[in-house]
Amino acid sequence: MSLIDLSGNLLYVAFVAYLVATLLFGGAIKQSNATGKNTEKWGKLAITVTLIGFFSQLGYFITRWIHTGHAPVSNMFEFTTAFGMFIVASFILIYFIYRMTALGLVALPVALLIIAYAAMFPNEVSPLVPSLQSHWLTIHVITAALGQSILAISAVAGLIYLLKVVDVTKKSKQRFWLEAVMYCLVVVIGFVVISSTFSAMDYESKYTYVDKEGATRQIVYNMPPIFGMNEFEAVEEHGMSPLVEMPGIINAKKLTTVAWSLLVGTILYWAIRLIARRRISAIFQPLVKKVNLQLLDEIGYRSVLIGFPVFTLGALIFAMIWAQIAWSRFWGWDPKEVWALITWLFYAAFLHLRLSKGWEGERSAWLALIGFGIILFNLIAVNLILAGLHSYA
Amino acid sequence: MENITCACGHSNPYGTKLCEKCGRPLTEEEKQNKVVDMRYDGTAIRSKTYNKSIIDKIWNFFSSVKVGISLIIITLVTASLGTLLPQEMYVNAPDAVKPAYYEKVYGWFGKFYNNLGLSDLYSSWWFQIIVGMLGVSIIIASLDRGIPLYKSLKNQRVKRHESFMKRQRIVAEGQVTASPDEVLDKVEKKMKEMKYNVRRDGSALLAERGRFSRFGPYINHVGLILFLAGVMLRLVPGFYVDESIVVREGETRAITGMDGYFIENRDFILETHNNTPQGEQLKQGVNVVAKNFQTDITLYKQPEGAIAGDTSNLEKVKDYSIRVNHPLKEKGFALYQMGYRLDELKQMNFALKNKETGQSLGEVGIDLTNPEKEYDLGNGISIKLLVYTPDFSGFDNGAPQTASSAPNNPAFLFKMITPQTPEGETSFVEIQNTIEPLGYNQYEMKFAGIETRDSTTITIRKDRTIPILFVGGIIFMIGVAIGSYWNHRRLWLQVEPDGRVVMAAHVNKNMFSMKKDLDAVTEYAGLPQYTDQLDTIAEDEENASNGNKEEKGDNTL
Repeated sequence: MSLIDLSGNLLYVAFVAYLVATLLFGGAIKQSNATGKNTEKWGKLAITVTLIGFFSQLGYFITRWIHTGHAPVSNMFEFTTAFGMFIVASFILIYFIYRMTALGLVALPVALLIIAYAAMFPNEVSPLVPSLQSHWLTIHVITAALGQSILAISAVAGLIYLLKVVDVTKKSKQRFWLEAVMYCLVVVIGFVVISSTFSAMDYESKYTYVDKEGATRQIVYNMPPIFGMNEFEAVEEHGMSPLVEMPGIINAKKLTTVAWSLLVGTILYWAIRLIARRRISAIFQPLVKKVNLQLLDEIGYRSVLIGFPVFTLGALIFAMIWAQIAWSRFWGWDPKEVWALITWLFYAAFLHLRLSKGWEGERSAWLALIGFGIILFNLIAVNLILAGLHSYA
Repeated sequence: MENITCACGHSNPYGTKLCEKCGRPLTEEEKQNKVVDMRYDGTAIRSKTYNKSIIDKIWNFFSSVKVGISLIIITLVTASLGTLLPQEMYVNAPDAVKPAYYEKVYGWFGKFYNNLGLSDLYSSWWFQIIVGMLGVSIIIASLDRGIPLYKSLKNQRVKRHESFMKRQRIVAEGQVTASPDEVLDKVEKKMKEMKYNVRRDGSALLAERGRFSRFGPYINHVGLILFLAGVMLRLVPGFYVDESIVVREGETRAITGMDGYFIENRDFILETHNNTPQGEQLKQGVNVVAKNFQTDITLYKQPEGAIAGDTSNLEKVKDYSIRVNHPLKEKGFALYQMGYRLDELKQMNFALKNKETGQSLGEVGIDLTNPEKEYDLGNGISIKLLVYTPDFSGFDNGAPQTASSAPNNPAFLFKMITPQTPEGETSFVEIQNTIEPLGYNQYEMKFAGIETRDSTTITIRKDRTIPILFVGGIIFMIGVAIGSYWNHRRLWLQVEPDGRVVMAAHVNKNMFSMKKDLDAVTEYAGLPQYTDQLDTIAEDEENASNGNKEEKGDNTL
C-alpha cells in the first residue's frame, strides 16, 4: 500500500470513528436520563472513539504531508478536511476542560458534514504554484483554520443552548430560525448525497458557452444541467437539456449544483419531518434537556475567547506577513481578506456586546451561530463565487 | 459637581457608583440591584458623569460602547459590499474604460455599483472616515474607562462593606467554629498556594489574582491605534514607495523610486511542473502548472556624486535571483517578481534586395526599442528609417499610428538609397505586408528574421511604516492574549470575632475556574458553602417564567 493510499484509508477510518462516536455520545445522554451511572462509561467510550478518529485523521494529515511535500492545506479538499479535523481537535480540548457530553453530539456531526463536503472536491495531489511555495502556507493556513475551528465550538455550544431554550411547541421567530439552521445542515447532506450519486454514475455533459468577457469556452457539468450557461450549445449532452439560460456573470454550473442540493435537501428534510412527525429541532430537544445553560454559555464565550486571538494571529497577522512577502503588499482588499476582516470585526462586536451590553445566553448563542455562518461563507461562497487570489479550487 | 460622601466617611468623586473605600452602593440603581455592576469597579466614568459642554457631548458620543459597536457593524457591512463585484484594481482594463467595463459585464447593476463608488470602496473618503471614527472611538472609550479602572484597582481596600459583598455574584455566609485567625490563616495559605496575592486587614482578607488581565483590552487598543497610525503615515512622502518597471533581458535600466540604483535583467526563467494533469486541473483546462518565476538580475549603484541617469561608472552591488516569495532586499527597498512576458520582439532583420534579380545588397538589424535613424551599408547604400510605429494600428490622414510603445506589431517607413536610386525609394513595411506609397520600387526590404527576448515586471516597494505596523500588531496580540487567556479573580473574606463569616468572590470571566478555586478553599478552610446569585436569579425567573432577561452581565472589561 502506497503512502497516499494509506493516507486515504486513515481518513476513512477517522470518518467512521466520528460517526460511531456521535452515536456513543447520543447513547451517553440517553443513559443519563435513566440512572446516570452508565453515563460515565458511555461518555468515556465515546471520547475514546473520538480520540481514535482524531489520531487516525492526524495520520492522514501527516502521511499526505510526507507524500506531497507540503502541508496538505493547499486546495479545497485538503483545507476543508483539515478544518474538520481542527474542529474535532477543538472539541476534544473543550471537552477536557468542561466534560460536557452534549457538545460531542453536535460538534462531531458538524465535523462529519464538513469532511463529507470536502470529499466532494477532487482529492488528487496538485502541485503548488509559485506564490504558494512558502513556509507561510503552512503557518498561515493552519493557524487560521485552528482559530476558525475553536470559534466554531462556540456555535456548537450556541446551537445546543438554543435547542434547549427555544420553545418549539409555540410559533416564534426563534423557532423558525432554529429550524432554518437545522434545514441548512440537511441541505449539506443533500449536497453530499446528490454529488456522490452523480459522481458514482460518472455523469458528464459538455457545453460550449460565451463568458462574461465575450470569449467562447467549454464547460463540463457533473450533474444534469438545470441552468444553462450564457448562450450555451451542447457538445455532448446526457439525460436532460438546461431548463433556463443564465446571463454571463452567473456560473450556471455552480447554480445547478446549488439547485440540486436544495432539491434533495428539501426532500430529505420533509421526509424526516413526515416520518418523525415533528420538527428536527424537536427531535433533538429531548437530548439536551439536562444540559446546564450557565455552563453552555460559558463554553460558548470561552471558545470565542480562546479562538479569537488564534484567528487574529493566523488569518490576519500571518496573512499580512505572507502577503507582504509574496505579493509585495500586506493588504490588498481581496475578497477572502475582506471576509477574514469581517469575521474578525464580527467577533470583536460579539465580545463588546457581551462585555458591555450584557448580551449573554440566548443572544450570545445566536451571535455565535451567525459568526460560524460568516466563517462558512468565507470558506464556501468566497472561494467558489467571489473570484480572487484565494480561489484555488 | 459635588463629591459623594459615603456612610463610611469616604468622599467619592461625583458619578461614583460604589464607594471607592468600602464598596457600599451609592446610587439608587445600584442599591436595588441584587448583583452589582462590577464592570469598572463602580468608579466614576467621565462619559457617564458629564454631559454639558459640546466637548462632553463629543466625548460621550465616541466613548459609548454602543456607538463603538455600531461603528464596527457599519465597517463590517460596508466592507462586505465591496466584495459583491471585483474592485477596480482587480479589473483587467485600462482606467478610462473601467466604468464602461462594469456596465458591459455586469449590466445595470454594474453601472449602479460603479456610479455609487462601490467599485473603489476601500479607498473612498467615506470608508476611510468610518474607519477613522472607529479609531477615535477606540481611543476615547479606552481613556474614558481605562484610567478610572486602573486607579480604582490600584487603590483597592481590603475591607469592604457587607452591602458590597452581598451584592457580588458569589456570596457565602455562615458561622465557623474555629477561631477567626485560624480560618484567615488557612484561607491565606490555600490562596497563596493557588498563586493569589493575599492582603489582610484585621478581620478582613482580600485574595487577588491576575489583575493585569483587566488591562488586556486597553493594551490591545493601543496596538490597534498604533497600527492605524502606521497605515496613515503612508500618506507622508518618503514613507512609502510603490512602483513597477519592465526590464527586458539584457537591458540595464534605472530603478524608478530608488534613486541611483540600476537593474540588469540577465535572464528570465519560467519553469513548469511536469505533472500529468488530472482532476480539477484537467477540468479547468489548465495544461501546465507554473513552478517558478525567476529573474536573474544584477543590481548596480551609481558612484557617489554621479549625475542622475549617468550609467558610465556603475558599481555592482550584487547578483540575485528574484523569485515569487523571495524578493530582493536592499536598503529598505524590496524588489518583487510581479509579472513577465515571454518572447517579446527584440530585433527585426531585413535584407535589402533587388526585386527582379533577388540580389541582396546587405542586411540591417533594427533594434525595436532603440532604432537608429539611418543604417549605412557602405558603397553608397543606406536605409533611412523615416517613421517607426512599435504597435501599428492603422493610418490616420496617411500617417501611421501606434497603439502603444511596446513592440507588439512593428511597422516601418523606409527610404532605400542605392547607387541606382540615389533619390531613394519609399516603402512602408509591416508584418506580412509591404506598401509602396510613391509608386513602383526596384528594391524591397525583405523580412529576414526576428530576435526575441523575455521581459519581466519588477515591483519596487519601500514601506517604512512596516516596523510601526509590526509593533502595533505585536502589542495588539499581547493585549488580546492577556485579556483572553487570563482572568482577574478576587475573593473577599471577613471573619468576625464571634465566628460569623461573609465571603464574596468576583471574576471578570471564566467563572468555571473560579469556582474550582472556591471549592478548594472552602473545603480546606471549612468555610460555609457559597451560592451563585445568578443561578438563583435564573431559577427565580424560570419559576416565574417571564421571558424578560435583560439582565446586565457580570462580565467586566
